[in-house]
Amino acid sequence: MTYEKVLTKGIGEVDLTRIENYEAQGGYQALRKALKGMTPADVHAEVKKANLRGRGGAGFPAGLKWGFLPDDGRPRYLCCNADESEPGTFNNRMLIEYNPHLLVEGILLAAYAVRAARSFIYIRGEFRKGYRVLMDAIEQARAKGYLGDRILGTDFSQEIVVHRGAGAYICGEETGLLSSLEGGRGEPRNKPPFPAVAGLYGMPTVVNNVETLCNVPFIIDRGADWFLSIGTEKSPGTKIFSVSGAVNRPGNYELPLGVTLGELLEVAGGLKPGSKLKAVQPGGASSPVLLPNNLDLPLDFDSVQQAGSILGTAGVMVFDQNVCMVRTALYYADFFSHESCGQCTPCREGTAWTARLLRKIERGEGTPADIEVLKSLRGTMSGTTICLLSDFSITFLQSVLKHFADEFEAHIHGRACLAERPREVLSA
Amino acid sequence: MTAQNPARANGAHGQAWWERRAEDVERLISRYPKSRSALMGLLWMAQEERGWVAPEDMEYIAQRLGISRAYVESTCSFYSLYHRKPVGRYVITVCGNIMCGLSGAEALIRHFEQRLGIKLGETTADGLFTLLVTGECVAACDGAPAVQINEEYFHKVTPERADQIVQALRDGADLVELSERIGLIQPGAVWEAGESA
Repeated sequence: MTYEKVLTKGIGEVDLTRIENYEAQGGYQALRKALKGMTPADVHAEVKKANLRGRGGAGFPAGLKWGFLPDDGRPRYLCCNADESEPGTFNNRMLIEYNPHLLVEGILLAAYAVRAARSFIYIRGEFRKGYRVLMDAIEQARAKGYLGDRILGTDFSQEIVVHRGAGAYICGEETGLLSSLEGGRGEPRNKPPFPAVAGLYGMPTVVNNVETLCNVPFIIDRGADWFLSIGTEKSPGTKIFSVSGAVNRPGNYELPLGVTLGELLEVAGGLKPGSKLKAVQPGGASSPVLLPNNLDLPLDFDSVQQAGSILGTAGVMVFDQNVCMVRTALYYADFFSHESCGQCTPCREGTAWTARLLRKIERGEGTPADIEVLKSLRGTMSGTTICLLSDFSITFLQSVLKHFADEFEAHIHGRACLAERPREVLSA
Repeated sequence: MTAQNPARANGAHGQAWWERRAEDVERLISRYPKSRSALMGLLWMAQEERGWVAPEDMEYIAQRLGISRAYVESTCSFYSLYHRKPVGRYVITVCGNIMCGLSGAEALIRHFEQRLGIKLGETTADGLFTLLVTGECVAACDGAPAVQINEEYFHKVTPERADQIVQALRDGADLVELSERIGLIQPGAVWEAGESA
């Protein structure tokens, strides 16, 4: 199987951090095209027509999101969410480090479309190299007249401010991101009001993921119809799948949305020698497990949801017979407990107690009653908090309680682990 | 940028970093519609200069931005990458999330402990290395187990490669250059190096 690379074209072959190399493969043509011949409304309409769905996890159409901004004369802001921290996900990092101008161009086009007063890239603190690369790319773009005052001699001016986070998963949540960008703790805010109405500094704000914005130049350059010809009817375009775990060639693979799970694993080199497929998480820590009988499942937003999971960030984690599902659930429980911002009681207390119970079970000290408590968490931890971290902290757990009940029972009754060569659990 | 020398916090003439880097401070603040947004950037600057964020840094930042010291501390303490006490020149952070955990992060931590003669959370007597683990996924799952040293990446850190990295830094290697040269951080570098199994 060979598919045309779009966002990842040239990565690993040419140094796309140099603007001339990016231009040589068509870079900044879309910006030129938009500024010379399209109104902001035209650009918005094209993205809306392309049905570009958000790549950060929710799959919400970017064009619709842009349309929620009230036209009331207040300054508008565009924020690029580059706080990529979903476990198993590493495609934004690659785009930033190896194709930074694509992101710069995507932001400029989106800023033009929504008439943003200023744009921000919120990049997680761990991406120090990405920060350097972006700062350099911005200055290269400025030198070429693509950024700054009166871009390409038009009336459009734009600055991109790169803002470094400093280690907090919750800042990937869009209102947590805004709190952090304003200089505060990255605590999420109640919605409504949504950022479109009251976002950064209380102004109308759009927050889009890195990969989402990286699609915009191609949609403008080649047109919505071209974009709609890739992927599935309801999930058009490509997706960069980050594949890790029990495959021969872990890495980022850009494929059309709707590629099957089996095809994706094949592209990633197939299962490691000796590995038997046990389960796959298709989209980060909170995605419920897919099973070996899901190999024919098309990986697009709707198909994965119908199969009981979520495509999320397309951080695809492949687990073989050596992975203990109880321990995996414990890893995540520790993670979510650590990353809870602590504002809401169900999340602050719930994630900590979930971890405590799972640790007890994992050590062979659990009881059947503990399992019942874990199963009941949906009632107390879902829909009861400001943001979705609490909800998402238990979705994987619920899926393994259902599909791998035998492993939990073995830990309780047999005081044993069913995984063939289980790894140690890091002490929290 | 990456050198973290406590002696640099106050320059040769006893000048504080915010005086020496006054232009950088003003440029940073001017990027934002509201100055408070520069808080995190100023904390980063303090950490670059001193290696950690000291009480006087927070005092200065509060004063410069016209906000309370408590507000600065509240923000600073929310984020795990700001060090609020002195650390070694090189902070080795092992990723302890799921993929790195399944790929031997625990054993790697034990190896670093043994090699450096310190426990997790401690700093070597010569002030060169601090060893930490993070629960946050560092977005390097194709290079698990992954390590960050002062936010520079090293992928697929086997015990042998860990020794190599530590030795190179002891010998004075440039951290960024080392990460690019032996960090296996380029796309596909891990399996091209035959390290994926």
